[in-house]
Amino acid sequence: MTVTPTADDIARVFRDESGRCIAILVRVLGSIDLAEDAVQEAFVTAAQKWPVDGLPPNPGAWITTTARNRAIDRLRRESTRDARQTEATAMLTPSEPPDVGPLPDDQLRLIFTCCHPALSPEAHIALTLRLIAGLQTPEIAQAFLVPEATMAQRIVRAKKKIAAAKIPYRVPDAADLPARLRSVLAVLYLIFTEGHRSSTSDALVREDLCAEAIRLGRLLCDLVPEVPEAVGLLALMLLTDARRATRVDAAGVLIPLPDQDRSLWDGDEIAEGHDLVRRCLRRNQPGAYQVQAAIAAVHTDASDAARTDWVQILALYDQLVPHAPTPVVQLNRAVAVAEVRGPAEALQEVDLLDLDGYVPYHATRADLLRRLGRTGEAVASFDRAIALATADPERRYLERRRSELA
Amino acid sequence: MSQYLLFVHYVDGAPATPADEMKASMEATGRFNDELQAEGAWVFAGGLHEPSTSTVVDATGAETITTDGPFAEAKEHIGGFWIVEAPDLDAALALAARGSAACRAPVEVRPFHDGPDDAEGLEA
Repeated sequence: MTVTPTADDIARVFRDESGRCIAILVRVLGSIDLAEDAVQEAFVTAAQKWPVDGLPPNPGAWITTTARNRAIDRLRRESTRDARQTEATAMLTPSEPPDVGPLPDDQLRLIFTCCHPALSPEAHIALTLRLIAGLQTPEIAQAFLVPEATMAQRIVRAKKKIAAAKIPYRVPDAADLPARLRSVLAVLYLIFTEGHRSSTSDALVREDLCAEAIRLGRLLCDLVPEVPEAVGLLALMLLTDARRATRVDAAGVLIPLPDQDRSLWDGDEIAEGHDLVRRCLRRNQPGAYQVQAAIAAVHTDASDAARTDWVQILALYDQLVPHAPTPVVQLNRAVAVAEVRGPAEALQEVDLLDLDGYVPYHATRADLLRRLGRTGEAVASFDRAIALATADPERRYLERRRSELA
Repeated sequence: MSQYLLFVHYVDGAPATPADEMKASMEATGRFNDELQAEGAWVFAGGLHEPSTSTVVDATGAETITTDGPFAEAKEHIGGFWIVEAPDLDAALALAARGSAACRAPVEVRPFHDGPDDAEGLEA
């Protein structure tokens, strides 16, 4: 039986397979540009052939082989220079056919290239989305709200540096691996938070970024299953994403965690997240992502907000602080302190933090002051938070809270 | 193998380095140079006089104009450089880290064009 694929089917194959195909061809051809062009051309051929011939049994392998043949054809056809001739001849020497079967590390190598410390953080994100996740430049530009030309230039510049400076396609040595892996995890988390943040603004397309970050997180866990922080990050993203549908109400007002309708949380993501948290914590090498995932797991474990195990959450924040000693973590910890030891003690800790430009700082302070009956100060803090808020749902929520006090 | 230029950035007007520290840094740099040669990474290296000793020559116009340098007033200047051979950027960065530790200043790494199979060549 022949399956006749639609344009949507082919688009899905592109999304699922192009990252792997590009990674294989970067190894075979030694150039990102050649690999991307070849894969693109192979998909153009597929769009013509598959609707007639049917979907091949292994579309990814079909694309890789076609792309490799196209690349060699092109090099041969266009080779007017010695270097190209040599390259094409080397690839065509029958005694040493290039291996186009996937090696398990192909994509991992390319992730480390995309997130190389010699490239800018913006380039890390753009290259990872384009070369690993298979997004097109206009999609990436739209997701990060920058003009397409700017994003295209960013990608071209980064690819040029990789080629000119010879940034290697290699999994780093054991000595460098932990630091390099941390930056890969940071890139995935940035992609995720960018998408998550957008779920409280009006830019709906950016929610795709959450799905992409989770997909990349799964890929990374497959590639380095022995790294508990990679598992922790995936768990954290799943447990955060599970609550996405309940973060804003029909009127476009932010709903804080205690007021969210827990029956609408994504049960599959929560179950998977909990399972992953247990799995990584068993390794007993805690890190910032694992502990944050554990905190998210405790929250999602409570059938209603009143049953939240705040004592455990506070204990987890105490564990998180040495891994991530930032004022934002201290602020989140103070919320747990308020639940366990009361708002007065929490306010003392909040007042030590230097976070004047941060909306949640003023919102948290306002709520603590309200609970202490210091209404006038609470209103002033809500005013400050409202003045700083840029996302509409958050501002509407803060305005409602303040109006309840007045 | 590719060639990279490793150049040493000094900050103008930084407090003068004490003599003993200067001596230690010179010795460490000398040792690093010896290591580069022993490892086969060495192509060339040199230390430069102060930018105030610079002269700029411009023969792009009808007349050759000679001016007291440097070319651009900057807060930093190039104090010296190495040209090294390395298989890839990671290897060049590792050499730069050792050079920076030896001469106690930040080191910038830049690749040389290396002939027709260079990226620039392929794009053309």
